[in-house]
Amino acid sequence: MDNLYFLLQQMLYFAIPLLIVALGGMFSERSGIVNIALEGIMLFGAFFGLLMVKYIQDMQGREVIENIAKQQLVLLVGLLVASLAGGLFALLHAYASINMKANQVISGTALNLFAPALSIFIARSIPFTNYTQQVNFRGKAFLIKKVPILGDIPFIGKILFQQAFITTFIGFLILVLSYIIIYKTRFGLRLRACGEHPQGAASAGVSVMKMRYLGVLISGILAGCGGYVFIVTTSTQYNATVSGYGFLALAVLIFGEWKPLRIFLASLFFGLMKTIASAYSGIPFLASLRLPSEFYRMIPFIATLIVLSLSSSKGEGPRALGEIYDAGKR
Amino acid sequence: MHKFFDKNISLFSSICAIISGLIVGLIIMLFTNPSEAFSAFFTILTGGFQEGFVSISRMLYDAAPLILTGLSVGFSFKTGLFNIGAPGQLIMGAIVAIIAGVHFTFLGAFQWLIALILAGIAGALWAIIPGVLKAYRHVNEVVSTIMMNYIGLYLAVYLVKLVVYNREKNESLYVHANAVIPSIKLGNLTISWGFLIALLIIVIFHIILTRTVFGYELKTVGFNHHAAQYAGMNAKRNIILSLVISGALAGLAGGVIYLNNIGRALEVVDVLPNEGYLGIPVALIGLNNPIGIFFAGLFMSYITLGGFYMQIYNFVPEIIDVIISSIIYFSALVMLFKALLEKLGKRRNVHG
Repeated sequence: MDNLYFLLQQMLYFAIPLLIVALGGMFSERSGIVNIALEGIMLFGAFFGLLMVKYIQDMQGREVIENIAKQQLVLLVGLLVASLAGGLFALLHAYASINMKANQVISGTALNLFAPALSIFIARSIPFTNYTQQVNFRGKAFLIKKVPILGDIPFIGKILFQQAFITTFIGFLILVLSYIIIYKTRFGLRLRACGEHPQGAASAGVSVMKMRYLGVLISGILAGCGGYVFIVTTSTQYNATVSGYGFLALAVLIFGEWKPLRIFLASLFFGLMKTIASAYSGIPFLASLRLPSEFYRMIPFIATLIVLSLSSSKGEGPRALGEIYDAGKR
Repeated sequence: MHKFFDKNISLFSSICAIISGLIVGLIIMLFTNPSEAFSAFFTILTGGFQEGFVSISRMLYDAAPLILTGLSVGFSFKTGLFNIGAPGQLIMGAIVAIIAGVHFTFLGAFQWLIALILAGIAGALWAIIPGVLKAYRHVNEVVSTIMMNYIGLYLAVYLVKLVVYNREKNESLYVHANAVIPSIKLGNLTISWGFLIALLIIVIFHIILTRTVFGYELKTVGFNHHAAQYAGMNAKRNIILSLVISGALAGLAGGVIYLNNIGRALEVVDVLPNEGYLGIPVALIGLNNPIGIFFAGLFMSYITLGGFYMQIYNFVPEIIDVIISSIIYFSALVMLFKALLEKLGKRRNVHG
C-alpha cells in the first residue's frame, strides 16, 4: 500500500508540470499558432525563476529557510518570475509567426535552441552561479510534510496533502481556470474561432492578430511556469535542461486532443509512465516484467503516434493550426 | 527577371539573417564584457583560420555531419516536408554505426564503410514510419518526427547499455580502429572521408533534383501535392521516398560523427545530439540548395571553431550557440528583410 501511495505521489510530481505546459500549448494551438517552442520556453522560465529563488534563499538565515510558510512565498515569487520570463520569451515566437508570417516550426526551433544557449551563457558568465551552468537551490525547503486536517483524509489526504508541493494545487487551479476560459468565456470562444476559421472570426469583428498574440502569450506564461514547477518539484538543481519535457507536453497536448480535461488525463497517464520508468525496480510486479526503464519512457511518444494515426484523417485538432493568416483569403 | 529577383531576395535575406545573428551576439558580448567584446568578436569571425591548416582541417571535419544533416532537412524541404526528425534519425544511425564499429571486427578494413552504410540504412528506416503515417494517415510530419526523435533517443540509450556500454564513463564504447573513418593528407591539410562523402552526396543530390524524373516529381509534389497527383504522379510514394532519403542522410551524419578516434562517444543522457537540430539552420541559410548547404555547413563549423577561443577573452563558448539560434530566428523573418530590400529598391528607382 505504501508503494501505491509513493507511486501516486510521484506521478503527481511529474504530471503537474506536464499539465501546466500542455495547457499552455493548448492556448497557443487553439488560436492557430503551432508552438513547438514549449521546451525552450520551459527552460527559459525555469532558469530565471530559479535564479530568483537562489537569490532570495542565499540571503535568508537558517530559521527562515526552515520556515515552511515563508518558503512558500519564495516559491511563489520564483513562479511569478518564471511565468513572466516565459511570457516575454514567447512574444518572440508571436512576433515571428503573427507579424512576420514566419514558418512557425522554424521560429519554434530557434527558441528551443536559443533558450539553453542563453541560459548557459549567462550562468557561466556571472559569479552568482560560480561561473557554472548550474543553479542550486534548496528544493526540500518547499516540501509540505502534511497539510493540517486535510492531510488526515483517508487515501486522498495521503496522496494530495502529504509530502505535497503547493504547485500541485496551482496546477489544478490552472486546469479549472483553463477549462472555464476556453469553454465558458467570450474570449475562449473567440480564441477557438481564430484557430478553426480565422477569416470567419475576422468577419465577425474579432481581431485575429490580438487573439493569437494572447494565445501565444498565455502559452508562454504557462510554459515558463510549468518549467519552473518541473525543476522545483523534481530536483534541487537547474542544469540547463528540462530533459525533453516540453516535447512530452506537446505529446500530452496532442494525446489530449487539445481539450483541457483530456489533457489532464493524458498528463496523469504520461506522468505515471515517467514514474514507472524511474521507480519500477522497487515495484515487485513491474520488476518481474524485466522491461527496461527506457521502454516506459517511450510509451507516451508511441501512444501519441498511435492516437495520431488513428484520428488524424478525421481532422482532429484546430483546423487552421499552423496556417498563416491571410485576411484576404476566404 | 522575376525569378532572378526572387532568388536574390532569398540570398539577401539569408545574409541579413547571418549578420543580424552576429549582431545579437556582439550586443550580448558588449553587455557581459565590453572591454574585450570587439577583439573576441573578431576572433569569432576569423576562428576557422586561427591555426592555419590545423584549423581548416578541423573545420572540414566538423562540417561533414552539418552538411549531411543540412542536406537531410533541405531534401525534405524541397518536397514540402519539414523533417524535424533529423536528431532521431541521426541517433539511430549513430547507435547502429557504433554497434557495427565495436563488434563487426570481422569486416577488417571495410568495417568503417559498412558501419557507415548501416548508419544510413538505420536513419532511412527510422524515417519510414513518419513517411508512411504522412502518406496514408495524413499525420503531420513535424509532430510525428518529434515523437520519433524521443523514441529513437530512448531506444539508442537502451541499446548502448545493452551491447556497447562503457560503464565507467556512462557512454558507448569507442569503435575499433578499423571502424574509424580514414582521412587523406593533402600537404598540410587533413581531409576525412566523411567530408568527401558529404561532397559526393551534394553532387548526387544536385543531379537527382535537376536531372531525373524522380527529382522533378519530388519537387512537384512539394509545390502542389494535388497538381502532382492530377498529373499522374504517385504523391504517396514520393512523400515516403523523400523522407526515407532525408532520414538516410541524417543517419549517415550519425555515422560520420561517431566513427571517430577523437574520443567522442554516445553519452547516456536525455539529450539529442545537437548536430541533428543544426541541420535546420544549415538548410535554411543554404536556401535548401545543395551548394548553398555546403557553404552554410562550412560557415557553421567555422564560427563554432571561433567559439573555442572565447575563453582567452573571458567569454563562454556558448555565445556561438546564441548566435546560431539567433540566425535561425532571423532566417524565419524573411518578410522583414524582403520589405527592407523592396524599400531599398524603391529608393534606388526614385534616384536613378
